[in-house]
Amino acid sequence: MDAILLQILNGLDKGSAYALIALGLTLIFGTLGVVNFAHGALFMIGAFCAVTVQRILNLSFETVDPTKTDFLGNPLKVQSPYVVDWFGADFGNAIIDWSVPIAILFAIPIMIFVGFAMERGLIKHFYKRPHADQILVTFGLAIVMQEIVKYFYGANPIPTGAPAAFRGSFDFGVLLGFDPNAVIYPYWRLIYFGFASVIIGGVFSFLQFTTFGMVVRAGMADRETVGLLGIDIDKRFTFMFGLAAAVAGLAGVMYAPINSPNYHMGMDFLVLSFVVVVVGGMGSLPGAVAAGFLLGILESFASMNEIKSLIPGIDQIIIYVVAIIILLTRPRGLMGRKGVMEE
Amino acid sequence: MSKMDVTRRGVLKTGAVAGGGLLLPTYLRAASHEGFTNAPTGDTVTLGFNVPQTGPYADEGADELRAFELAVEHLNGGGDGGMLQTFSSKALQGNGILGKKVQFVTGDTQTKSDAARASAKSMIEKDGAIMISGGSSSGVAVAVQGLCQEAGVIFMAGLTHSNDTTGKDKKANGFRHMFNAYMSAAALAPVLSKLYGNDRRAYHLTADYTWGWTQQESIQAATEALGWQTVNNVLTPLAATDFSSYIAPVLNSGADVLVLNHYGGNMINSLTAAVQFGLREKQVNGKNFEIVVPLYSELMAKGAGSNIKGIVGSQNWDWKLENQMGAAYAGTNAFVKSFGEKFGFPPSQAAQTCYAQTILYADAVARAGSFNPCAVVEALEGFEFDGLGNGKTLYRKDDHQCFKDVLVVRGAENPANEYELVEIVEVTPTEQVTYAPDHPMFAGGALGTCNPGA
Repeated sequence: MDAILLQILNGLDKGSAYALIALGLTLIFGTLGVVNFAHGALFMIGAFCAVTVQRILNLSFETVDPTKTDFLGNPLKVQSPYVVDWFGADFGNAIIDWSVPIAILFAIPIMIFVGFAMERGLIKHFYKRPHADQILVTFGLAIVMQEIVKYFYGANPIPTGAPAAFRGSFDFGVLLGFDPNAVIYPYWRLIYFGFASVIIGGVFSFLQFTTFGMVVRAGMADRETVGLLGIDIDKRFTFMFGLAAAVAGLAGVMYAPINSPNYHMGMDFLVLSFVVVVVGGMGSLPGAVAAGFLLGILESFASMNEIKSLIPGIDQIIIYVVAIIILLTRPRGLMGRKGVMEE
Repeated sequence: MSKMDVTRRGVLKTGAVAGGGLLLPTYLRAASHEGFTNAPTGDTVTLGFNVPQTGPYADEGADELRAFELAVEHLNGGGDGGMLQTFSSKALQGNGILGKKVQFVTGDTQTKSDAARASAKSMIEKDGAIMISGGSSSGVAVAVQGLCQEAGVIFMAGLTHSNDTTGKDKKANGFRHMFNAYMSAAALAPVLSKLYGNDRRAYHLTADYTWGWTQQESIQAATEALGWQTVNNVLTPLAATDFSSYIAPVLNSGADVLVLNHYGGNMINSLTAAVQFGLREKQVNGKNFEIVVPLYSELMAKGAGSNIKGIVGSQNWDWKLENQMGAAYAGTNAFVKSFGEKFGFPPSQAAQTCYAQTILYADAVARAGSFNPCAVVEALEGFEFDGLGNGKTLYRKDDHQCFKDVLVVRGAENPANEYELVEIVEVTPTEQVTYAPDHPMFAGGALGTCNPGA
């Protein structure tokens, strides 16, 4: 029982990342009709926003300590962060420690800008082109973004820790009557799940309860008619692209303490997120979220030793097996809309 | 006037023979008059450095390239000479190799076997490389070693740690300076016994490819010989990034040691997940839970950040070796000085092994007096040397594996600076990591005979 609970928790945090990326992908596909293969790269750029803020907060001035030597035997150059110098050791170090939450504020405008720039600068020229062209150009863009990040940050993962207050684990075992330490789960992964829930709830509320959201939903259902009413739907869709980029970016920022960011992390999530979108139903926002969590939990269960001993290698193919079964039984996915990508 | 009998069949036959000749790989045609592939004819000789320039090991590849560049500079008489000053063999004079200036070409392995073979093939066929070196993966090393054997050039392996490279996949034209998985386990076992005792239950997470399998097999055998029990061995996909679902079952498995047979990004991510799940603070069976990472690297330690503190593993070499363990490891400081002054930071173990391999190849050519791969093989087989940073070393004739001391290291608790993330716990002497050439973990392949190519 404790093992099952642990894998459900694992699935929820893994599913959170899938759901956030798939939500952005679906927003872009539902509004602009573009299959955006650069979406994983936006997740990666979000994670590197956390790395960048960490580096900015660690910007240091150099002093020479004549009593110590470096690896070549020269007097040791000691780096002292400006933040610590300006605000004192306690407050300065606390600011550095909280670099990931601070990066959220930094990432929102950056990601919206990146989203706008991508859409206005490149993707809008491909609206009327076949989906294959859109996939090729966005995939190429993803590779360019990866290489730019690798040029500046290197290929090695960069550790980006959560604030000290959120390191360690929460003991669910004690709460549920199990032995102590039987069901423990890292605080930051729980926060990630909570954060994802808030973002998903926020996006749905925005679309459901605001006039802007209502127009966007109308445009997703029938773009032409909304245009005939004199509404500049393109402008709103561009905004949605920026919003989708921000969602992916925030997912990346918060993911940085879970796995040290590296330039390739977006690609690792991209393919799975596309499967999530297809399983959820192309263009369906609730479908993307539901499929994200479903596949995340199934993937975690498939990694259990008991399951792997029955079907070796199932952990590597479970998502695709489930995708095949769902598409055979429900060709439009879990919550797919009629007519989307069916022409 | 002579009469020519031109028949349709004759033209077809001639065309087929000529076409077949043109289709032959260049390396089977090039410089055949010298009797071996890519025999240097001018006043230069070309070496091919095949390293990951893109992909997850690009940082290690960059460090390997720096080392190769430095080695070539030193071979040509530039810089301060680095380890040429301390190397026990004095055949190299700083005037290139056999008087020919050394130049090099580079390839990108992408840490993919097919891409690595393609780039090595291109360097041999198009650029005339007479020796190939580098790489940061055992899968790549085995693939490129096989190609070099077919092509008739020497392969001086870079970073490859699988037993198979000089075990079942060994080749006469291939040589490995780096230590291997068996040696890591043999060096680690006594230290693990000393640190954690002989009554332990180990849970293994293992990367599902050649290196992971041999590493796991080696460390399991070594720890079981101590009296440890193996609770489970779970194979994890090489492409895995989030290891939480593999770490969670460890919590209630009854194990009190987690062995991470992972390297690079896999190791950084699995260790991070293990620390997040509180394994390092856990008490099981009345003992502190421990984590072991059999193969270490400085770049991995950097990527893992503070999670690496106190974690025990093994290394081929460390830049602090001579300072901390004495003059027996001469060459280390000379190399660190050359490398550090040129690039601004100390070299990694990947850099050291690549530098040493280049020098060893050049020295073998100089001692043999020929670039012929079979002469080089003969010069390297059974060659004993010193002064390249690892202490006394033997290139064993039976399998072309170097035998030398192995370092047991640990993540530093309070690193003095960003370069001292790893501290040396112990140096395990060569005798303790030496095994018989027919050891079962290395069985299954044959060295064969050297292939000079053309």
